[in-house]
Amino acid sequence: MNTENNTPAPAQKKDNTIKRRITGFFTDLYKIHLFIVRFFKEAFVPPFEFKEIVRQCYEVGVRSFALISVTGFIVGFIFTKQSRPSLASFGANSWLPSLVSIAIMRALAPLVTALIASGKVGSSIGAELSSMRVTEQIDAMEVSGTNPFKFLVCTRVLATTLAIPILATYTALIGMLGGYLNVSMNEGVSYTAFVDQFFRPLMFLDFTSSLIKSIVFGFTIGIVGCYQGFYSKEGTEGVGKAANGAVVTAMFLVFIEEIIIVQITSNFR
Amino acid sequence: MEKAKANIDYTKTVISIRGLEKSFEDFAVLRGIDLDLHQGENLVVLGRSGSGKSVLIKLISGLLKPDKGTIEVLGKDVCCLSDKELRELRIRMGFSFQSSALYDSMTVRKNLEFPLVRNQKQLGRKEIDAAVESVLDAVGLSQTINQMPAELSGGQRKRIGIARTLILNPEIMLYDEPTGGLDPITCTEINDLINEVQQRYHTSSIIITHDLTCAKSTGDRIAMLIDGKFQRTGSFEEVFETKDERIKPFFDYNFIQ
Ligand SMILES: Nc1ncnc2c1ncn2[C@@H]1O[C@H](COP(=O)(O)OP(=O)(O)OP(=O)(O)O)[C@@H](O)[C@H]1O
Ligand SMILES: [Mg+2]
Repeated sequence: MNTENNTPAPAQKKDNTIKRRITGFFTDLYKIHLFIVRFFKEAFVPPFEFKEIVRQCYEVGVRSFALISVTGFIVGFIFTKQSRPSLASFGANSWLPSLVSIAIMRALAPLVTALIASGKVGSSIGAELSSMRVTEQIDAMEVSGTNPFKFLVCTRVLATTLAIPILATYTALIGMLGGYLNVSMNEGVSYTAFVDQFFRPLMFLDFTSSLIKSIVFGFTIGIVGCYQGFYSKEGTEGVGKAANGAVVTAMFLVFIEEIIIVQITSNFR
Repeated sequence: MEKAKANIDYTKTVISIRGLEKSFEDFAVLRGIDLDLHQGENLVVLGRSGSGKSVLIKLISGLLKPDKGTIEVLGKDVCCLSDKELRELRIRMGFSFQSSALYDSMTVRKNLEFPLVRNQKQLGRKEIDAAVESVLDAVGLSQTINQMPAELSGGQRKRIGIARTLILNPEIMLYDEPTGGLDPITCTEINDLINEVQQRYHTSSIIITHDLTCAKSTGDRIAMLIDGKFQRTGSFEEVFETKDERIKPFFDYNFIQ
């Protein structure tokens, strides 16, 4: 009997799981769609949870501040250092600040911020909400007359959407500092000259596209984290899965959105 | 402590359930429940693990939707309410969860305040503090006010959970296994607390349990939930003395007294 159970029926089994996975993927997609629709329905009707939104913004900032400071600085520093040889081979060292500025402002700052926030903020939102789900805290909130979607989900999504652009701006400034340090060590450019050259090549479009990008990234991180947590499976296993799922899905989506937004904005150049 | 005589008004029903059915996928958990809860009454629902007791009170509080049947709470059909009406109804019902469901990230004080602050925005700081102290006193845990839920024992968490539902002065209390996983002495304390709540706050309650001592000391009426239906309802002695083959083993195995 045991041996019979252990003999695999590979072809059929595989077929089943693939089928299940595909249908699972599409039902997930549909559910996320409903989740987003519900967010827009509930987030912008009073009463607003201003206090909770501010608190969540603060949480997002505090959680990722240290890591973003270090990473932003290193990215600016290293990128400058690594770009120098190729520019030097054209004798174009003086272009370094402009190159760094375009790289950081257009691509690196929003992307680095979003990836770090996915890891730090997305995962903790996923874990927090799913442990609340597992221990019936979300149900308790609901029966005590508070709409948990509004109080937990809307506030967190709004918080990440607001905070990530601010953090991305901060990353850009820190990255610029890293770049400046490297340039001043090697080329001895003064700070004012560096800043002047840093901002000269930037156009209005660069700022707006980066802003839009980081807003979209922030929204994605919030929605994905909340979705994973809010609908997590029962049991402690669900908490780990929600945290992990939040990070993986958010990072994946961030890259996809990066590509799409870059394609769209480059049409306007 | 002996249960004091309850002041029950049998002419008024606060919860009235008819033909309630609920399935999960193809597993029928509840298969036709009829139930009346009278004003001021403690009704105990007994049943084995997995018999659908928690599902039943989640249906009553509107956390789950029934497949069939009606649930009337305080004269309103739970299934057909708007979000706002449902919220107003829920405030009049207290729900003490099986897992206590205290908010991990908040102190005991914040936990207790939460329903008040959210639902009665007109209240001032003084009134809120007074209400918190009063319910904490009622469950006998005044000293824990600044602790986090993680620092409390299981029994204390249960009592704080009950206090949190009491703070809104509910007319109906739903207890999901109030004595689950607690030692006999703490159980007795919780049972006394349930009776005290009935007297002091004049609530009507549904108490879900598989603990016979709890059933005996808190229940004015017992209902046995077996195979998705109430097989027998009556006073503890009536249900206890039954010859029904499905109910008998429950009492034989369970009762130590
Ligand atoms: N959300 C759900 N989804 C699927 N099945 C569920 C769900 N909730 C409960 N069930 C199923 O319904 C049945 C009854 O569950 P319920 O939690 O009501 O049991 P219970 O009587 O409260 O048991 P216990 O005494 O252990 O708490 C179980 O078999 C459970 O698997
Ligand atoms: Mg249960």
